[in-house]
Amino acid sequence: MYEAIAFYLFSALTIGLFLITVMSKNVLYAMTSLAAGMVLISGFFFILGADFLGVVQLIVYVGAVMALYSFAMMFFDATRDIKEKNTPAALIFLLGGLSALVLVLIFAGPIHSDAIQALYPMHEGVGNAQDVGIVLFTKYLVPFEVAAVMLLVAMIAGIILAGKKMDQSLTKDTSVDDADEILKQKDAK
Amino acid sequence: MIGLTDYLIVSAILFSIGLMGVLRRRNLLMLFFATEVMLNAVNVAFAAISHYYNDLTGQMFAFFIIAIAASEVAVGLGILIVLYKKHGSLDLDDLASMRG
Repeated sequence: MYEAIAFYLFSALTIGLFLITVMSKNVLYAMTSLAAGMVLISGFFFILGADFLGVVQLIVYVGAVMALYSFAMMFFDATRDIKEKNTPAALIFLLGGLSALVLVLIFAGPIHSDAIQALYPMHEGVGNAQDVGIVLFTKYLVPFEVAAVMLLVAMIAGIILAGKKMDQSLTKDTSVDDADEILKQKDAK
Repeated sequence: MIGLTDYLIVSAILFSIGLMGVLRRRNLLMLFFATEVMLNAVNVAFAAISHYYNDLTGQMFAFFIIAIAASEVAVGLGILIVLYKKHGSLDLDDLASMRG
């Protein structure tokens, strides 16, 4: 009962928030609704019993990724509304609707669900985090290490790409430069 | 009772919203947001299948998707900053320098 209420509440809210993310013209609104939608997605994970995944979603997505985006927003002077020449809405709705239909048909269609067997079954009486840890550090050890190297490479790439010429202003606001000039002249006097 | 199909339909709807954003957006930062929406939708589907088939593989794939998404954001935002320094805009139409 409560599971159903939570499911419908979370799904309605996530769909609404992600629609705002996709449709909004303001970067701040889009980012805030994306962060809120991700919090609710972690709610889905908690309903589904994937506790560790939900916590990782909260820490990595809502914590780290959204913080990165908000820092990027500060670089890009994103308080203004974005003017973009969007693709015609009718075409987009047609394509999006068609792909949604195809996806629903794929998922809801008759699959050979009896043939699917649990490769790494969950254990009764063992917490989700322990279960995940055991599988992650035995069966998925090599992908885990590769993911670690990939994150290191991504970190170095981010530093190299973003770190050049960090002393210059990105937004080229001339009025601020003028103010600095005036201040310098006053100091000289 | 909520079954696997309900979760998969919600995930498909979220994925379509993200796909719609990818098709519609011209600003690169907004395009990144739309890809995040798509990745999250896929994660919901993985977690739901993992729960209903009592299998941990789905959650493992969701973890790796989260790791890939995090590194994608780090590299992508670095590239966006370089692009913004060079062109002063993040609009895809402004960035199209090769007229094909």
